[in-house]
Amino acid sequence: MNTILALRDIVLTLGGKRILDGLTIDFWQGHIHALIGPNGAGKSTTANLIMGLAGYRNFQGDLIYQGESIADWSIDRRARAGITLAWQEPARFEGLSVRRFIQAGAKDRGEARTREVLEDVGLDPDRYLDRAVDRTLSGGERKRIELAGILAMEPKLVLMDEPDSGIDVEALECIFGALRFFKQQGATVIMITHSLAVLRRAEHAFLICSGKVVNKGSVEKISQYFEQKCHSCDDRTPTLAELEDIRVGP
Amino acid sequence: MSDRSLLEQLYQSIGVNPHDLWGRLDVARIEIHANRVLGVHLVPGLEVEAESRAEGIAAKIAVRPGAQLAHPVQVCFGMIPDDGVQQIELRIEIGADARAGVVAHCTFPNARNIRHEMDATLEIGPGAEYAYFERHVHGAEGGVLVVPKSKVVVRPGGRYQTDFELIKGRVGRIEIDVEATVEAHGTADVSARVSGRGDDAITIRETAHLVGEHARSALCTSIAVRDRASAEVFNTLTATAPFARGHVDCKEIVQGEAVARAVPIVDVRHPKAHVTHEAAIGSVDAKQLETLMSRGLNEDDAVDLIIEGLLGGKRQRLD
Ligand SMILES: Nc1ncnc2c1ncn2[C@@H]1O[C@H](COP(=O)(O)OP(=O)(O)OP(=O)(O)O)[C@@H](O)[C@H]1O
Ligand SMILES: [Mg+2]
Repeated sequence: MNTILALRDIVLTLGGKRILDGLTIDFWQGHIHALIGPNGAGKSTTANLIMGLAGYRNFQGDLIYQGESIADWSIDRRARAGITLAWQEPARFEGLSVRRFIQAGAKDRGEARTREVLEDVGLDPDRYLDRAVDRTLSGGERKRIELAGILAMEPKLVLMDEPDSGIDVEALECIFGALRFFKQQGATVIMITHSLAVLRRAEHAFLICSGKVVNKGSVEKISQYFEQKCHSCDDRTPTLAELEDIRVGP
Repeated sequence: MSDRSLLEQLYQSIGVNPHDLWGRLDVARIEIHANRVLGVHLVPGLEVEAESRAEGIAAKIAVRPGAQLAHPVQVCFGMIPDDGVQQIELRIEIGADARAGVVAHCTFPNARNIRHEMDATLEIGPGAEYAYFERHVHGAEGGVLVVPKSKVVVRPGGRYQTDFELIKGRVGRIEIDVEATVEAHGTADVSARVSGRGDDAITIRETAHLVGEHARSALCTSIAVRDRASAEVFNTLTATAPFARGHVDCKEIVQGEAVARAVPIVDVRHPKAHVTHEAAIGSVDAKQLETLMSRGLNEDDAVDLIIEGLLGGKRQRLD
């Protein structure tokens, strides 16, 4: 297997606390990976660090993408190399149309492609293209538009932070559709989820706890986490309440 | 240079194909270069008188009472040379119950040392409606001083709307001054959207006096300043009549070493009048910036797009 992205012994301290504590993971080219684990485990932090967001750039260890260290690269340089991130809570932009937003990062900026990606996420282009990506969109609509923008970008490595949170069943189907599209394109996906339904679409899963990988392997094996068979971590075991919280899906 | 070629250059700088416009006999237009009117096309109900002055134009535009212009009058004015002065003295009269709109493009594509002054007086007749939109296109050098002044009287039940946009090219130095007096049941909505960079300097004064019962006004300013640019916004609303309602809104985005100041003044002299104000000054939102950068835009382009959205956004209006 080809490793597209390798996290090597990453230690990140924020506010005096070790949030990532020697995180080492290999992500395989063209595969769908899931990161799961309790609230506060460091999953979003991992995604933010891979994307290079401000506040997540000062870490020990290394981040190797296609054989090259990208630890010093800016966000946009990483994005131009094919990495992108779908936020758990996407930003809103006053006055910026859905069309402009999607086309900003699109590989093909034509109108036809823009309409197509909106249809892919189940939104009627005639109703949405000229709307602003602002507070008048519902949370679910905003997430679908985020996904449409990412589909249009045709990235090589997609980070999806809880793509399933706050969306309905129909939108969940759109996410599965997007995963199929990324797979066809040979793109690599790293998704963070608390849902068993989404986890089942992954090919590999990593259970993260207190900033470390505590278990990894097939989805079958790791999904036992959802049956409360979580391996204890060094610092803490997820509480029952946390586990109740994350036991979603069929 | 022939008049035709001057006109074509003016239109080209604003991204309009003049031949499309010239073919439309139902659309009125006025074309002015420096101190000469190069073209006028009128429609029923619209009257224009203009005379050349040494350094500009004096013009009177009138819309006859009751006339309803189906399309906004297209006005294009500016200068192709890189230096010079253009002073426009303008009188606009919108007759009672008339309805008219103007879309004006003001363009100085090669400006290095240009002064453009506009001195306008407007009277919006009783029950009349007038909407004015002015878009400026300046060159990349910033060598322009723009001083537009308007004094407006809105007669009872009249509606006045004005929107000034300077987002493309460098501002240079701009000093906008709009003062509206609004009589009973009249409305004045004044808005300006300006983006400055380099050492651009922006001063905006929007004033409305709500002197009649139920008079209304919204003064909205949206500014973005970058590099070492500066912006000062002095918006003033006075209300002296019962049930007058007004809102002052100022939004400024500051990046780099730019500075922005907002001084909203509300002066209410009637217990039954109601005026509110809101001013927000801040930098571009980090999450918005990072989102666009994670799509591959560099920081400058991302800031441009965010500002384009903010400044291009629909104007706020009172219902
Ligand atoms: N800037 C920061 N300063 C201090 N602590 C932070 C900072 N950012 C994140 N943390 C902490 O790091 C830990 C990991 O946060 P992270 O958002 O990565 O969790 P997560 O695994 O995504 O959890 P969830 O499932 O709730 O989304 C949390 O305890 C959080 O409070
Ligand atoms: Mg998270």
